[in-house]
Amino acid sequence: MTTDRVSGAVLVLLALLVILESRYYPLGTFRLPGPAFVPVLLAVLLLIFGVLLVFTSSRAPRFSSVSWIEWRHAAAILAACVFAVFATERLGYRLTVLLILGFLIKVVERRGWVETVVFAFGLAFGSFYLFFTLLRVPLPEGPFGF
Amino acid sequence: MVETLHNLYIGFSVALSPNVLLYAFVGCVIGTLVGVLPGIGPLAGISLLLPASFGLDATSAIVLLAGIYYGAMYGGSTTSILMRIPGEAASVMTCIDGYEMTRKGRAGAALAIAAVGSYVAGTVSVVALMLLAPPLASFALRFGPPEYFALLLLGLLALAYMSGGSILKSLAMATLGLLLGMIGIDPMTGFFRFSYGLVELGDGIGVVPVAVGLFGLSEILLTAGQPTAPAVKKPRLRELLPSREEWRDSLWPIGRGTVLGFLIGIIPGSAHIISSFVSYAVERRLSKHPERFGHGAIEGVAGPESANNSATSGAFVPMLALGVPSGPIPAVMIAAMMVHGISPGPLLIAQQPELFWGFIASMYVGNVVLLILNLPLVGIFVNVLKVPYPLLYPAILIFCVLGVYAVNGSVVDVGIMTAMGALGYVLRKFDFETAPVVLGLILAPMMEMSFRQSLSMSSGSYGIFINRPIALVMLMVGLALLLLSIAPWLMKTLDWRQRFGLASGQEKEGM
Repeated sequence: MTTDRVSGAVLVLLALLVILESRYYPLGTFRLPGPAFVPVLLAVLLLIFGVLLVFTSSRAPRFSSVSWIEWRHAAAILAACVFAVFATERLGYRLTVLLILGFLIKVVERRGWVETVVFAFGLAFGSFYLFFTLLRVPLPEGPFGF
Repeated sequence: MVETLHNLYIGFSVALSPNVLLYAFVGCVIGTLVGVLPGIGPLAGISLLLPASFGLDATSAIVLLAGIYYGAMYGGSTTSILMRIPGEAASVMTCIDGYEMTRKGRAGAALAIAAVGSYVAGTVSVVALMLLAPPLASFALRFGPPEYFALLLLGLLALAYMSGGSILKSLAMATLGLLLGMIGIDPMTGFFRFSYGLVELGDGIGVVPVAVGLFGLSEILLTAGQPTAPAVKKPRLRELLPSREEWRDSLWPIGRGTVLGFLIGIIPGSAHIISSFVSYAVERRLSKHPERFGHGAIEGVAGPESANNSATSGAFVPMLALGVPSGPIPAVMIAAMMVHGISPGPLLIAQQPELFWGFIASMYVGNVVLLILNLPLVGIFVNVLKVPYPLLYPAILIFCVLGVYAVNGSVVDVGIMTAMGALGYVLRKFDFETAPVVLGLILAPMMEMSFRQSLSMSSGSYGIFINRPIALVMLMVGLALLLLSIAPWLMKTLDWRQRFGLASGQEKEGM
């Protein structure tokens, strides 16, 4: 199984999903396209590209040869981003940034406490001061007043 | 010509006013910084300062954002040469020979040639922009929906043709981007498409979260767990002078890079990235000693660095003259102009001469500022990279989140960035290019609109795309590019058929 074969198959599935989801909107006609016409047309194109990829990919690297050594870091960073989505407007910008930096620097990177605290506080409050106070970019303040 | 000079005089009087000069300088400094930092490219830098620019007047805002854009092109070369880390995607090619030169003790010369090449390319391409944009704008008044549709299709095909990897994968990625662009309200009928109850998706998926996710966040995801970066070598000032031979070898690559970069910049696509790839390939092909490439050839630094700077100015041509964004950065800049009540397009130059000519003049000034910033002060900028990567990447991540959030004040955008970061991570693992996704997303609404408007104009006849000469020419060029790119694949098939024929012949002989 090559990487291209796997990605081609995923593209085919995605194209079929788009065609399925487009059934809620009028397709229109060939001469007078409706809202679903272009999405379906594109999904059909994607389907063709996916099928071509599946059948012309014998020389691509093997799926098992792809290295994922950094996946733990990647998963931690993505988790931090998901946390930012839910926390930024509930906890406020500074507290959210403080917690994300604390998690990434102390837990993931295992740096010292002093380094973590100084860096996290400096960046959370420094960036807030620069963007919110000086440049007047609106950022959420959170329920605790910071 | 006299009129152009007069307009330029007006432009310089705007650009040299202390206020605008200050914003050009600030833009250049921030641009250099975001160019130096890996993962945070010019787009994230521009997004960060976009809300801050709302309070400025239109000219200052555009000058500030443009400064970040071309400042990043200069800054990106510094880390590529000194550390083999491309500060942003357009500098990938500079890494190859630039870093080899550093290993041979010629870091100073490589930095100087990159800066001088960027300066020459930046300045010459602004002259070309100045001369080309006004006539193109008057020509573009003849453009109707079929011409715009043909132009946008040409842009996508050109991007797929010039991308380094497989054409099939590039086309698949462009289609994926176009599909992402279908999300939101259908402008012709008002239907909410694929929004699943999320009001924020009504206007469609934003360019900034997608581009920052696919380019910036995916870069952090890929590099955070890797072994630590190599040590930074700080060049001494007296090492900055290239030898006479190095100057001579760089002259033509700078010239060719400038022309190539500008021409590629005009075509909608992620111009600055592709132009550096194409320039490197051209220089290697033209060189009498192609074996030197990859082992510290100065042409491999001079050409791509000139090309990516020149492409930056080239990208402003369709933005200012046609109102068509040629990539994510011009798309964000168009959004910034619209906030100030200015709609870029064929009438911009006539209606807002101070803005257009002030912008042009500020680019001349910006290039001088960057040359001064980048040569003697290179050591200061490099210090930023002495921060250990385990501390640097969380900071870059915060700036990405902040930049994406700040544009619309929406956490949904941060969610989209996260999803796109994960997608970009997987796509890059599987050797897919992410630039066509972003371009597809940007062009999708305009492309669909012009396609359906064209059909409304012709009462459903597809002949409208062939009967109009400008549209026909652009479609023919697009088709030629498509045929050119699938030619090797077809030839291989022919070859395979030939072998098959031979085999059957042998069989016959055997019989």
